[in-house]
Amino acid sequence: MARQTPAPRAATPRRTAAQTVDARVTVAKTYKLYVGGAFPRSESGRTYQVVDHRGRFAANAAQGSRKDARDAVSAARKGFGSWSKATAYNRGQVIYRIAEMLEGRRAQFVDLLTSVEGATSRRATASVDAAIDRLVHFAGWTDKLAAVYGGANPVAGPFFSFSTPEPTGVVASVAPQRDSLLGLVSVIAPAITSGNAVVVVASTERPLPALTLAEVLATSDLPDGVVNVLTGDPAEIMPHLAAHGDVNALDLTGADDELRASLAEAAAGTVKRVFVPSGTDFAGPPGTARMRAFLETKTVWHPTGSVSLAGGSGY
Amino acid sequence: MAKKTTGRSRSGVDSAGSGALATTDDRRPAALDWDYAPAPESAAIGRIRERYQMFSGGKFLEGNGPDLVSINPATEQSLATVSTASTGDVDDAVRAARSAYDRVWSTMSGAERGKYLFRIARGIAERARELAVVETLDNGKPIKESRDVDVPTASAHFFYHAGWADKLEHAGFGPRPRPLGVAGQVIPWNFPLLMAAWKIAPALAAGNTVVIKPAETTPLSILVLAEIIADADLPPGVVNILPGAGDIGAHLVTHPALDKVAFTGSTEVGRQIQRSLAGTGRKLTLELGGKAANIIFDDAPIDQAVEGIVNGIFFNQGHVCCAGSRLLVQESVAEEVIDKLTERISTLRLGDPMDKNTDIGAINSAAQLATITSLAQSGEDEGAQRWTAACPIPDHGYFFPPTVFTDVSQSMRIAREEIFGPVLSVLTFRTPDEAVAKANNTPYGLSAGVWTEKGSRILGMANALRAGVVWANTFNRFDPAAAFGGYKESGFGREGGRSGLAAYLDTDEGAA
Repeated sequence: MARQTPAPRAATPRRTAAQTVDARVTVAKTYKLYVGGAFPRSESGRTYQVVDHRGRFAANAAQGSRKDARDAVSAARKGFGSWSKATAYNRGQVIYRIAEMLEGRRAQFVDLLTSVEGATSRRATASVDAAIDRLVHFAGWTDKLAAVYGGANPVAGPFFSFSTPEPTGVVASVAPQRDSLLGLVSVIAPAITSGNAVVVVASTERPLPALTLAEVLATSDLPDGVVNVLTGDPAEIMPHLAAHGDVNALDLTGADDELRASLAEAAAGTVKRVFVPSGTDFAGPPGTARMRAFLETKTVWHPTGSVSLAGGSGY
Repeated sequence: MAKKTTGRSRSGVDSAGSGALATTDDRRPAALDWDYAPAPESAAIGRIRERYQMFSGGKFLEGNGPDLVSINPATEQSLATVSTASTGDVDDAVRAARSAYDRVWSTMSGAERGKYLFRIARGIAERARELAVVETLDNGKPIKESRDVDVPTASAHFFYHAGWADKLEHAGFGPRPRPLGVAGQVIPWNFPLLMAAWKIAPALAAGNTVVIKPAETTPLSILVLAEIIADADLPPGVVNILPGAGDIGAHLVTHPALDKVAFTGSTEVGRQIQRSLAGTGRKLTLELGGKAANIIFDDAPIDQAVEGIVNGIFFNQGHVCCAGSRLLVQESVAEEVIDKLTERISTLRLGDPMDKNTDIGAINSAAQLATITSLAQSGEDEGAQRWTAACPIPDHGYFFPPTVFTDVSQSMRIAREEIFGPVLSVLTFRTPDEAVAKANNTPYGLSAGVWTEKGSRILGMANALRAGVVWANTFNRFDPAAAFGGYKESGFGREGGRSGLAAYLDTDEGAA
């Protein structure tokens, strides 16, 4: 992928500022992966150049490898343990906290979307606001999922039977390639709402919002490993995740048709759940399909004793 | 690092030990003193003001009713003066609520409404310690309960319902459930802040606006909540809080401009409200009294059950509508259970509610203390055996010692009437059917407890009990996600969970 990006033609606006005599030299950020709550470089040592909408150099990003993917899966499995066992109320508060932290960095994200991706300020602001509100929306789902998608089963026998949704486990996702923030949040939030852990491969050409969102996640009381962000080429990384025995589900949102087909096939090896969205517009209402895609339903039976007065009269 | 920590804790133990083991005779250490040292919470944290105003139309205003003085029931000292509403103020508040409903709240998207509720939830959590102190000073309940139960659960109720505001179409009441309009709400004094949260949060989440009246003896914490609501920039008129006495409550709940009335309190007042609203078409939910049976089977984990019995009847001094006030214990273990129970009760610490070690605080008012005293006397008069914990009673304030009646028959007043105090009536049974018959032998039906190791018996009993909440091997559990409310004369309608939303939604879609 790195080879495909055009060579930088000019410095970023930030560096341009440094060229005027009195201006302060800005400190550029090194963008790294986000795995297990830490920010490591790619184990492979590889990077690729991210350019802005005018084709000028914006930053170097890590080009994630097979090893990075496996590290991310083991981190996600660890994260799944504590996250899925947390109370739904607690998960809701943590996801709401992510929204709070994102709100606090609103300007930073608007700046990223405008200066790097070339969005108009209005569009960028709307997109960041929608991403924040989407997190709030899913924060409110954590403790309602079971009531809406589970319930008592009126079985024909002396049994108490109920079915309850549970998280699938580790979900490997390809983030949307164009909608770098709202699309990404729309992929991550519904998956973690029910208690899943996520390994997401960010947009290849627009990875910076994802890596900055990782900083938000890292400061939001989200347990380490619940969300892991890899950057690089999905075509290189995803086949390893699709074949990985400890990955339970795939979200192929940002993969192209060819990649979707091969990943879906690889997923069959360990019978992974595969989600392919029907739409591409993240600005609309999020619906519940993404949340339900990564749920298992558990049904529990228990005999009820017979008490002859059951029901009884009013008094 | 680990070594250092060990060293510190060891020296800590040593210094504490040297005090506890102080001897008069070097060769024979005195008995260990296991008494708890006082651990008072600071009243200053409550930032109690001299005067509180009502909150109406988004403003703190002087009401036109007579001032009331709220007293601290643990000291009988006055705590603060509160301006109360007149009937005219009620009319104004209902108008403000109507206008807020029409202009702002009913047209706002659920997602935006939700964000206001999230703010309030966070505001309560942020001022949690202050609210706990206010609640304990005004109500008399132990600080450990207001701190660990009332305030966090109040915050959780707003948080939970905030999430429903943009998901009402998923609640199971059809694709487009609509709010009802303006709700008039009256809440009791036993959980002043928590009941406010139970009432306000679902109403607002569903898109209604509210006028709410707190109890006369406990107006302070809801007026701190009013500050939190104001700080959250909730549009004016969406929530209106009017302190006042019963006459103001009566004027509010019968107000013709309301669409919905919700009341938590005594069954007697609930009846009057139902009667006065009959034929008006206004929606009504009632959460009234209870006389819950807490049923202990012979295979129950006895020690756990004893804790559950204690929690069931002495939590909040027994000022709990779902209190486990009738203990039904299987005959074969009755003696063991009662022995262990009285032994356990003897260790409860009664006294200053502000002390973090206090288990049983003050009775909320002189009037309630008189009610409890008189009902307990009726137990003695009717021939039940009275046992009272030998705990010292403070010189000032309203206190009633934990009391257990044995040899209770079903016809006695203490087995039939809600005492709403720390008084437990013990009855026995032989078979599960007898337990069910006795448990259901009450006009109430709010809650029940079942203690047994046998799962099928729990579920069979749960089916047979005519009560809105059945706790198995636990008691007094409350969660915004779980519906709460009664059968029979304990009222109708639920609070919490999906069913709780139904109380504030127009769910019939005009069906005939």
